[in-house]
Amino acid sequence: MAQLAAVVGVGQTKYKTKRKDVSIAGMVREAAVNALEDAGLTWNDIDAVIIGKAPDMFEGVIMPELYLTDALGCNGKPMLRVHTAGSVGGSTAIVAASYVQSGVFKRILTVSYEKQSESNAMWALSNPQPFSPHLNAGAGGYFAPIIREYMRRSNAPYDAGIKVAVKDRLHGAKNPLAHLQLPEITMKEVEDSPMLWEPLRFLEACPSSDGACAMIIANEELATKSPRKPAWIRGTAMRSEPTMYAGREQVSPQAGIDCAKDVYAQAGIHNPRKDLDCAEVYVPFSWYEPMWLENLGFAEKGKGWELTMDGSTSLIEGGDIPWNCSGGVLSSNPIGASGMIRFAEAAQQVRGEAGGHQVDGAKTALGHAYGGGAQFFSMWVVSSEKA
Amino acid sequence: MSSSAEILSQAFTLGYTYTRSTGPIVGQFLTSLRARKMVGIKASDGKVLMPPVEFDPVSAAALSEFVDVADCGVVKTWCWVKQPRKAHPSDKPFAWAMILLDGADTPMLHWIDAGDEAAMSTGMRVKVRWAEETKGLMSDINGFVPEAAALLGELKPAASDEQITGMEAPIYLTYNFTAGKATARYLQSMKKGKLVGQRCPNCRNVYIPPRGSCAACGVPTEEEVTLGNKATVESFTIVYIPIPGNPIKPPYVIANLVLDGANLSFLHLLSECKNEDVRIGMRVEALWKPEEEWGYAMENIQYFKPIDEPDVPVDQIGKLIDEGR
Repeated sequence: MAQLAAVVGVGQTKYKTKRKDVSIAGMVREAAVNALEDAGLTWNDIDAVIIGKAPDMFEGVIMPELYLTDALGCNGKPMLRVHTAGSVGGSTAIVAASYVQSGVFKRILTVSYEKQSESNAMWALSNPQPFSPHLNAGAGGYFAPIIREYMRRSNAPYDAGIKVAVKDRLHGAKNPLAHLQLPEITMKEVEDSPMLWEPLRFLEACPSSDGACAMIIANEELATKSPRKPAWIRGTAMRSEPTMYAGREQVSPQAGIDCAKDVYAQAGIHNPRKDLDCAEVYVPFSWYEPMWLENLGFAEKGKGWELTMDGSTSLIEGGDIPWNCSGGVLSSNPIGASGMIRFAEAAQQVRGEAGGHQVDGAKTALGHAYGGGAQFFSMWVVSSEKA
Repeated sequence: MSSSAEILSQAFTLGYTYTRSTGPIVGQFLTSLRARKMVGIKASDGKVLMPPVEFDPVSAAALSEFVDVADCGVVKTWCWVKQPRKAHPSDKPFAWAMILLDGADTPMLHWIDAGDEAAMSTGMRVKVRWAEETKGLMSDINGFVPEAAALLGELKPAASDEQITGMEAPIYLTYNFTAGKATARYLQSMKKGKLVGQRCPNCRNVYIPPRGSCAACGVPTEEEVTLGNKATVESFTIVYIPIPGNPIKPPYVIANLVLDGANLSFLHLLSECKNEDVRIGMRVEALWKPEEEWGYAMENIQYFKPIDEPDVPVDQIGKLIDEGR
């Protein structure tokens, strides 16, 4: 990492089921303008735009980066699109950061989005294939058997997933931008919600959201002059692995373990539970909290659910390592943006800008995203301190 | 073992019923079209852009000042389409053209019904031929015609004057899918009622359906392995959501199954048992459809059903040797 880079502006839209009042361009623009305002900048201050987007088939807009150049002030500037399925928001932020760290650009606007109300994300992920029976039923149908295997191995109590579903929605109720606002949600309500893909219930799955998230990433010199506190990028890592091969560990993928090790080493994290103040981790289905607690080294193998159940990951219960204080993917899921929201919310925590879901005195935070068949991982560690 | 494979190809249509929110600018343009009026938008430099755009392409400013534009103008450039295709706006030969409407500073793309290529020229004057019925779509302009042409058709008043905020935008892709060598070999075996996978020369793992390569080792797989009908449940989910166009009624069990002798699971239906009795390690067997219904498809197996054999210990799933061969 040649040069220091920092997040100097964050902009998000209010996440909703339907943003019928704006076009895709208008929605992406809204997040970008909010980020520019947060950073005290204008379009002229931006050297390049790096955009991230989940599969084109979601909204059926092919090469959306071309269509969005006007909205994002790209005339005469480099524009680049990143694509790594559900983890794309995270890897887009990392690509933007690496252009600044390398010295190629001084200040970048990075943005990602999804307008699920115009799309068909569930069946775009599970489209019929030639010569194949159509048996896959959305992302939940893919991940449910993996969750079942985790439950078997870990002997976790049946309601660990229910606990996560409640905890993240109570967090989301403290975040005015979160899509789901369920301040009264109870364990019983989640348990009684319809089963979709056993063992996953309706309220244990993420919503479908419209929304966009943007960040301004600047080099050390410009970040120091920024009006608000920067979030220094202390480490970035990406890993991938094939979806299907014999002997692949699907419950705790090796690519996730390796990615975490890499990002921790760069950021000087020896014990993630102790050295980090909070984490924004991609948990689209409730059980992925205990699974990722283990995969990311916050808990020993088979013990992730214990942190969930004893409140360690809850901001409201005063846990020592709150996860997803923003409400997480379980509260807002504009797919293409969901990874970037994790990265941006981690930055907001260490900038002290997280508002009602701020972790007191948070200095160092993890942003995490995964995508595809849990085979793309992207992570960053941000801190209020340069080193 | 033969490496030759019949080429298997299948016509395939992928479609989604997308919708679009227009946003205020495009929404106003479409609302005006429905009322048979043309509006452009004033750019940062004062020029009138046609059709209107939300954001200035040069300054990036948000635009909002609409300007009335005439429904006639000048052809700036054009190309003649001798043989219209199915998706084209006309089934007779026509011209695509960039047309600069009076009062606009940028030309817009539309089509011209000129009858003959000889009637076309750069600089010619054309006018809008409005559709008999307008819907708030670009096709409310039923092409342009030479300015001198007489227009007869009756114009019905617009059905609504509500502001347009959205539109439907279904997209269908139709193409021919050609199966690769490994898939074609596998499907030919399926048609004969046999499950044939491939073994990786490096890690010795057996893949079914085969993909022609081992994703773990990154090497091609050639050696074919015929497998039996018995399998073990690696994991499963009970699905409560119907699959569009699929007759299976929820709740149904979709299981990750590993055939004896294979090392990677595939998805299939599990039936002839109570959903609550399904468990990891359970032994199952393929139920094939009647032979006369066999095609080049995994669906030749209707579903898998439980068999009376002891469960497989979890650490042995995906590692069983096929003893039937």
